[in-house]
Amino acid sequence: MTLTEKNKKYLLTGNEACAEAAIQAGCRFYYGYPITPQNEILTHMTTRMPQVGGTSIQVESELAAINMVYGSAAAGARAMTSSSSPGISLKQEGISYLAGSELPCVIVNIQRGGPGLGDISPSQADYFQAVKGGGHGDYHTIVLAPSSVQEMADLVFDAFDLADCYRNPVMILADAQLGQMMEPVVFNKEYKPVLSKKDWAVTGADGRERNIVKSFYSVKGELEEFNAKLQKKYRQIKAEEVRYEETNIEDADIVLIAYGTCARICKEFLNKHQPSDVKVGLIMPITLWPFPSDIIQKVSERAQAILTVEMSAGQMVEDVRLSVSGRCPVHFYGRTGGGIPTPKEILKKISEIVSVKEKVTCTT
Amino acid sequence: MLEKVILAGLGGQGMMLLGRLIAQALMLEGKNVTFFPSYGTEVRGGTAYYHLTASEEEIFSPVIEEADALIMMNLPSYIKFKNFLKPDSKLFLNSSMIDKIDNEMNVDVFRIPATKIANDIGNVVASNMVMLGAYNEVKNLVSIPLFLSCLKNVLSGRKEPFYEVNKLAIERGAEFVRKN
Repeated sequence: MTLTEKNKKYLLTGNEACAEAAIQAGCRFYYGYPITPQNEILTHMTTRMPQVGGTSIQVESELAAINMVYGSAAAGARAMTSSSSPGISLKQEGISYLAGSELPCVIVNIQRGGPGLGDISPSQADYFQAVKGGGHGDYHTIVLAPSSVQEMADLVFDAFDLADCYRNPVMILADAQLGQMMEPVVFNKEYKPVLSKKDWAVTGADGRERNIVKSFYSVKGELEEFNAKLQKKYRQIKAEEVRYEETNIEDADIVLIAYGTCARICKEFLNKHQPSDVKVGLIMPITLWPFPSDIIQKVSERAQAILTVEMSAGQMVEDVRLSVSGRCPVHFYGRTGGGIPTPKEILKKISEIVSVKEKVTCTT
Repeated sequence: MLEKVILAGLGGQGMMLLGRLIAQALMLEGKNVTFFPSYGTEVRGGTAYYHLTASEEEIFSPVIEEADALIMMNLPSYIKFKNFLKPDSKLFLNSSMIDKIDNEMNVDVFRIPATKIANDIGNVVASNMVMLGAYNEVKNLVSIPLFLSCLKNVLSGRKEPFYEVNKLAIERGAEFVRKN
């Protein structure tokens, strides 16, 4: 399947769109170990990489995959790995090393139900793992959360640019639904990689001082100094890279906060089920780290309440509460283990928070 | 225009291909589409179902709560999804594998012996395309030539020999609905 025609709409799964976008963004090294619901990424890479002179390897384990990404990234290439929840847990050591060595790369998590082996249906229960570090040490990955197949493709391009720009791993955090559903996609028409000179890469030291890529510091004080540098970088990312979408928040009584698949459900609610006597708005974080705290703080100053909707037992809601800092009540509605919230359930939850006279203005 | 369809059958009955063809054709007609598959960890024998939404406007939730149409290939699928019907829904049944349905069903029911028709034309696997022909004849969503060109893209290379029988299956499905 050739997908390179510009301005053409292709009907693709989120997984295929993710893989193709990576290739078009200049990723030439992909390493993966199979796990549902993200196998289409591996199969697409296996077909397409040889066509563009790249390398796609189905490796022996998740650990091998993430450490091969380390190798390719250290040599200055655009590299990616993908997996689903249990596999991403296995990669955490490698992600910490990538962050500690300041290596740019893209890691895709098409989340499934957990904990443990869980199931293969959609989930958002890896939020904590993704945004709080996941592995050991004081680090962050930039976390991007698409809510459609088109956005999946668009964010993969951005992920590679952000990774290079900040020398930092970037995670695409999606779920089984976004990975497997098909929607029309148009690939980024005029994409040019944001070029960063990778003068730190280990490319052979002929004629120059050798470069060393490492995350180990043995001289006392060096590691603290390095951590200070990392934290400075994270502050810059927080200041410059926050992304979100908002709908009707100016005069909203209740503000919904949701990302990914749940953001789609909340949009459906706003457009088809909005009660006439309560004004409901929506904030959809696109970067989960850095988290859009400022806008949430702003709406909390005038909204009656905030309702966070997730496919988890309540994870992002903790960051929402930190942002709100007690200015207004923060409620939570979540489903777990493959359950997807419905607009009717959201309406029911809202009617528990405020009095809703007219239950439903429009049927499905 | 807004069309929400749930397609369900046994893994192996070709609901994925059927849904993809409808979605592809509607996309080429300029519609927004989302096609959301759901299946168990088993490949064959389990129930596989798909939510397909098409609209001129932006599609928000890919999950269907009330369907405009159900395309049901076997009895367990019908039992699982009959509650998704609403009063003006259309119910397409593979009557070769679904012998009885609830009496109180207050919807348009189309009973198509898809497995038998496909078997009669020489390939039982094409029962999904019989349902496609029947569904499109009733709904009149896209032209048959557009479906056929999409089908041709899917059945290329080593699958090309199966094009003719699938084409015939689409025509027989449409014909069955016209005559009954």
